[in-house]
Amino acid sequence: MISQDILVVGGGLAGLAAALSCDPRLNVAVVSKVHPLRSHSVAAQGGINAALGNNPEGRDDNWEKHAFDTIKGSDYLADQDIAEVMCQKAVSTIYELEYLGVPFSRFPGGFIAQRPFGGAGFPRTCYAADRTGLVILHTLFEQSIKKQVKFYNEWLVTKLVVKDGKCLGVVVYDLATGQIMPVKARAVIFATGGYGRVYSRTTNAYINHGSGIGIAYKAGVPLKDMEFVQFHPTSLLGKNILITEGARGEGGYLVNNKGKRFMDDYAPSAMELAPRDIVARAIQTEVDKENGFDKQYIHLDLRHIGEEKIKKRLPGIREICINFAGIDPVDTPIPVQPAQHYSMGGIDVNEKCASLVEGFFAAGECACLGVHGANRLGGNSLLDTAVFGKISGDEASVYVKGSEGTESSEKILLEEALEVKARIEEWEKRSSGKRVHRLLDRLKVVMSERVGIFRKKKDLTEALAKISELKEDYERVYLSGKCLRYSQELVNLIEFDSMLDLAEVITLGALNREETRGSHYRLDFKERNDKVWLKHTLATWKEGKPQISYAGVNISKYKPEARKY
Amino acid sequence: MEYLFKIFRYDPLEDEHPYFQDFFFETKEKKSLLEALMEIRNEQDSTLAFRYSCREAICGSCAMVFNGNFDLACRIELQALESSTIVIEPLPNLEIQKDLVVDMEPFWEALSQIKPYLYPDKKIQEEGHRIEEKEMEKIFQYINCIMCGCCYSVCPVVSRDERYLGAAALAKLYRFVKDPRDKRPFSHLLGVNTEGGVWGCDTIFKCNEVCPKEVRPADGIEALRRKLVVEKIKRIFGFRR
Repeated sequence: MISQDILVVGGGLAGLAAALSCDPRLNVAVVSKVHPLRSHSVAAQGGINAALGNNPEGRDDNWEKHAFDTIKGSDYLADQDIAEVMCQKAVSTIYELEYLGVPFSRFPGGFIAQRPFGGAGFPRTCYAADRTGLVILHTLFEQSIKKQVKFYNEWLVTKLVVKDGKCLGVVVYDLATGQIMPVKARAVIFATGGYGRVYSRTTNAYINHGSGIGIAYKAGVPLKDMEFVQFHPTSLLGKNILITEGARGEGGYLVNNKGKRFMDDYAPSAMELAPRDIVARAIQTEVDKENGFDKQYIHLDLRHIGEEKIKKRLPGIREICINFAGIDPVDTPIPVQPAQHYSMGGIDVNEKCASLVEGFFAAGECACLGVHGANRLGGNSLLDTAVFGKISGDEASVYVKGSEGTESSEKILLEEALEVKARIEEWEKRSSGKRVHRLLDRLKVVMSERVGIFRKKKDLTEALAKISELKEDYERVYLSGKCLRYSQELVNLIEFDSMLDLAEVITLGALNREETRGSHYRLDFKERNDKVWLKHTLATWKEGKPQISYAGVNISKYKPEARKY
Repeated sequence: MEYLFKIFRYDPLEDEHPYFQDFFFETKEKKSLLEALMEIRNEQDSTLAFRYSCREAICGSCAMVFNGNFDLACRIELQALESSTIVIEPLPNLEIQKDLVVDMEPFWEALSQIKPYLYPDKKIQEEGHRIEEKEMEKIFQYINCIMCGCCYSVCPVVSRDERYLGAAALAKLYRFVKDPRDKRPFSHLLGVNTEGGVWGCDTIFKCNEVCPKEVRPADGIEALRRKLVVEKIKRIFGFRR
């Protein structure tokens, strides 16, 4: 049986940052369902926040102001102590990344360039044109080559094995061989990313099924704040490919069918650079009021920025528009609409990225440390992956060095693997039944139509009913292609189980939370209600269903106030 | 519009020989080649294997050959193709694992051989390097590479000489050599001063033609050659820095 001291699951930014910070004397490996460079981190565009103060307009910036913006942006649901940790570590994290080789864009004098981003008091988003995720992921991958990190690529983790509150390892499906195998690990770090594909309109990659979050949930780890789903204001009409907030940071306008910069009506001082929840709602409202185009989109106009700046600062956006919409933003406005983009919620972990299961850690989008609260600021997710990825690797190393292995773990792991195998055999044996891709299509529609930007009790209740219908149908799925090697159908069958759980937890949390906060907007409860709802939602898998409880928010420096931009 | 897909199929554990399978695909909407393949898999044969992830030409997963062209399936629009018959094949020069899925290991191995990481100036660890944008611009062409493998697969040298590292790895090396922050000693370049390295290139520039990200990797190979020659001459005549 393969046995590791630390097993990192996921090869995106958080996973690689974790693997690189593990104690090199320990036996560490990364498991990823795709080659690490195919991870969704590669699609991050606009940048990564740190109060370097390099922009002439950002000289007075400091990490405390970054923390305040993050907390205000979160609609005060962020745990302030942890948001402070992230912002305080931001500056050294950027220099570290630079030192490792990230080719950041520069200001005269050779300083790392910084652009304005939504919800930020100063221009503090460091960038490499609009390919920041690509260059950071490639840099960390290059470092993994240097440090000879062990990778198991194209292995899908199907189960987290926990016994008596202690993590023993995982069960994996090896796509190349079709085998189901147990992997023993004294500590497991999940860095498995988000679940965007639960929605039909999403900026996320096809691979973002969110199964890591669902697997942790099924293993008894609570999920936190799952009802907070970020909708990015500007995704390209149709394919919903991300059009970076940096496009507005560089001066882009949002314009409706009357030629009006409508953000004036919603956030008169921040305009296009209000936080994402506000801008996404504004766009959807304009479309709903028939101020959009074709009842679906509005324009992101970059023409006034000029050809030179577009080509220099936003070359990737230009390439995306040309490739996927057949337009050049130099002379045509970009048709954009909001789309699911990020999960503020996730696996409940503390400031050490540790969960209540001993030896099980999580970092990056799949985790919820409570930094982003009810709405994440643009440029804070790359920062989150780098800072907390590293912390998770450090803390898992400390844990492993101070813990002892479990004697019976191999036997338990083998049993768990057999259970997974038996389940797959059942799908294989059936000659008819439900096809998983059709169920997935149905789920996406339910989530987009009823658990989207604007929510209300009736929709959410109906969504829950539809999700439970889908759960029943999932009991009758089958594997139509009987080859288990490189079977995307099998991947989907395995991951859909998690997708259903996540959809249920998101919807249930949203139904219960009778207030409006950050990304969670209730048409029937339009005000924020701090008296009752200034608390985190926790969902725990108990006896086959989610059990909801609540936990306090750490409010140290900044008392909640009205959020105006 | 109806299309005839002729898709390369091969399961090395089951099939004696590769073969092409016909699939009819009808669509009224605009679809990418990748979307069409996914629909064919979902509706007609779920054992059809191929890789994909981002669907926005940035992750490099879905490189393949269609009607003889090397490209990313996600960025090819069916309606833009001239023919309604589409022949799809896996990337050549790499062993087939199943259908359109190839073993990329030799490609990654070549990458790791060139030491693809920055050799930073150790003195400035705390505050990072200070470099003007116009210095950094020299590497922008090369940092666009997404490691999709098109250049490696199209290369005739890779297909006949297993020592040859291929264009992506060599261009990546040049990305570091040209990086004003890189302090790599010249001796570390001698590993590619070989037939398996920069001198293996046939200079027929197929790699430049097929690169979906306009990296022009052969520019990097040629620049490395020049650098190796110039440095050698400098050393012979004692201009060593």
